[in-house]
Amino acid sequence: MCRYLLVLWALISILSTPAVASETVRIGFVTTLTTGAAVIGEDMRDAVKLALDVMNGKMGPLKVEVIFENDAFNPQTGKQVTEKLIKRDEVDVVAGYIWSHVLLASAPVVLRSGKVLISVNAGPSKLAGAGCHPNFFNVSWQNDQIPMAMGEVLNRRGVKSLYVIAPNYAAGKDMVAGVERTFRGVVVGKDMTAWPDQIDWSAELTKVRATKPEAVFIFYPGKHGLSFIKQYTQAGLADIPLYSVFTIDALSLPRFQEAGMEEILGTDMTMFWAPDMGNIKNKEFVERFKSKYGRYPSFYAAQSYDAMFLIKSAVEAVEGDLDDVKAFRASLEKADFDSVRGEFKFGPNHFPIQNFYTRTVVRDSEDVWTTSLGEVVLQQHADVHASECKM
Amino acid sequence: MDIVLFIEQVLNGLQLGVLLFLLAAGLTLVFGIMNFINLAHGSIYMIGAFFAAYLTRLTESFALGILLALPAVVFFALVLERLVLRKFYERDHLDQVLATFGLILFFNEGIRLIWGSGGIAIELPTYLDGFIVLGSDLVISTYRLVIVCVGLVVAISLYGLVTYTRLGMLIRAGASNRRMVGLLGVNVDVLFAVVFSIGAMLAGLAGMLIAPIGQAQVGMGEQVLILCFVVIVIGGIGSIRGAFIAAILIGFIDTMGRAYFDVLLLKILTVNAAETAGPALSSMGVYLLMAGILVFRPRGLFPAQGVK
Repeated sequence: MCRYLLVLWALISILSTPAVASETVRIGFVTTLTTGAAVIGEDMRDAVKLALDVMNGKMGPLKVEVIFENDAFNPQTGKQVTEKLIKRDEVDVVAGYIWSHVLLASAPVVLRSGKVLISVNAGPSKLAGAGCHPNFFNVSWQNDQIPMAMGEVLNRRGVKSLYVIAPNYAAGKDMVAGVERTFRGVVVGKDMTAWPDQIDWSAELTKVRATKPEAVFIFYPGKHGLSFIKQYTQAGLADIPLYSVFTIDALSLPRFQEAGMEEILGTDMTMFWAPDMGNIKNKEFVERFKSKYGRYPSFYAAQSYDAMFLIKSAVEAVEGDLDDVKAFRASLEKADFDSVRGEFKFGPNHFPIQNFYTRTVVRDSEDVWTTSLGEVVLQQHADVHASECKM
Repeated sequence: MDIVLFIEQVLNGLQLGVLLFLLAAGLTLVFGIMNFINLAHGSIYMIGAFFAAYLTRLTESFALGILLALPAVVFFALVLERLVLRKFYERDHLDQVLATFGLILFFNEGIRLIWGSGGIAIELPTYLDGFIVLGSDLVISTYRLVIVCVGLVVAISLYGLVTYTRLGMLIRAGASNRRMVGLLGVNVDVLFAVVFSIGAMLAGLAGMLIAPIGQAQVGMGEQVLILCFVVIVIGGIGSIRGAFIAAILIGFIDTMGRAYFDVLLLKILTVNAAETAGPALSSMGVYLLMAGILVFRPRGLFPAQGVK
């Protein structure tokens, strides 16, 4: 009896294997669409939709279907929706992930299934080094790199003593490690704050004032950045220069402008991309994004846009044959697409090798606050963890 | 230990404490008197922040924004109480938790639909946006000092209201023995509505006060809700005095933990271990305090008298 059932099950599963699957490429996209961090997820979703418009909904011979899932800023939820994408929706590629801790919880699910995973934002050190995987790609940066560039900027400006404040989670620790790796002065104080619940930094700011550093370095992505900078000014610390990474972006700038926080105009951060980058692909992207959504795209949007075109390049290279994961992976490795950041190639650990620049907060010609590209800080920089990666 | 630094940290702790008190006062009254678990209390805090931020934008005056937002929050709370919550007073706690948790989701998404997920940031008026320099080194943000003062004034008035007025007497009686109050001919429906709107007003006020420091944002209520429950459990459910003392205590423990704990740990641990353990342990501080207090006073520091 058991054997008949088994045969029956085998027959049914052959029948139900969708023959049509080869005509569409299904992409699962995990991002944050609720909680206060939803602004980021919405920006990414908008960029993906724009990319689909530009591609006319096709990658090579295949139609594209993108299934958006919400991780609710929570590693457990992220893992659950990833499981759903793999098991129920049977997607070909899983992309997305803003948060390092969500990605670290979800990555094993995708990688164990043999599918390809493309991180659109999170770049935890673990997945760049010893934990790297042939099926894992990252189209943003490794978490350390942007703060490493910032450490270099601080050296160039002659800063000798630095106070560091960052949230206490995977990316926060990577950011701090990154700036400490290149900064040659002394870190005179360091606070790792509860994430994401702590929204009042009075105790930390009081310590900053008592320590009198030459500069303060922070990392507060999403909404925390505005609150932090506001409290920084309210605490009377405005005369100590504040250097930030991932804190001021196209998503928070309208809020800064609404709140009249002129003190951030002219401040610098480090980044791999800015909306005024001169290459044709980027001009096209920013123009289309602005006309469709009426605002500047953030770097999150830029990365999402790139991810879609990366996938497209690989689907075209294998002529739509996604069953051959090896060939698909090899085409992804070539990164044969025009990136909005200009030159783009993957290192041996599947993280990009790229330039990092300073980026300054400016007013554009229509009096909208945005960011503008500055000088190159790190040239064609590969992350430091790549050497630990054995694929 | 630097004394100026210490005074500043004390003020920081006090400010966190009074904000927690404003939130917890309403929660403890509603829980203590109506025996109603209102998880959506944090939503009222969020709605207070959004009302104040929106009205400040509209009127271009922070003071006017708050003056208009307060009655708006009370009105909102009364409608909520009348339409939804009243139906759950007689149900068991699980039903109440489920219903009010549903309300949290509903209000978060509702606010997102109206004001977008970006939240609203507001400017402080110039007379509040500075800092006061006392002595040589002591620098205090004016606005934070205002929060402390407002919080203390509210705490004292609430204490006066509960201790010396007829309404306060009914509130205390309600906390001790709900049924008896009803049997003595007091209109319990009205009493509950009044208590609920007082609680909502205080929570809304806390949201309004915090909005200019951070910003009005979706989901801000859940970030403080747990801490509020810790406060009312430590203070004793139904006790305003307990809520005040517990809130100040937690404000201090939390702030001092963040301010001094890593320095203390450095004395006994290596730099690396201290950096890792410091933040983890200091965020555990308030829960350790709660566990410790509950061992000796299972009903909190100042339990309401009489049968539950």
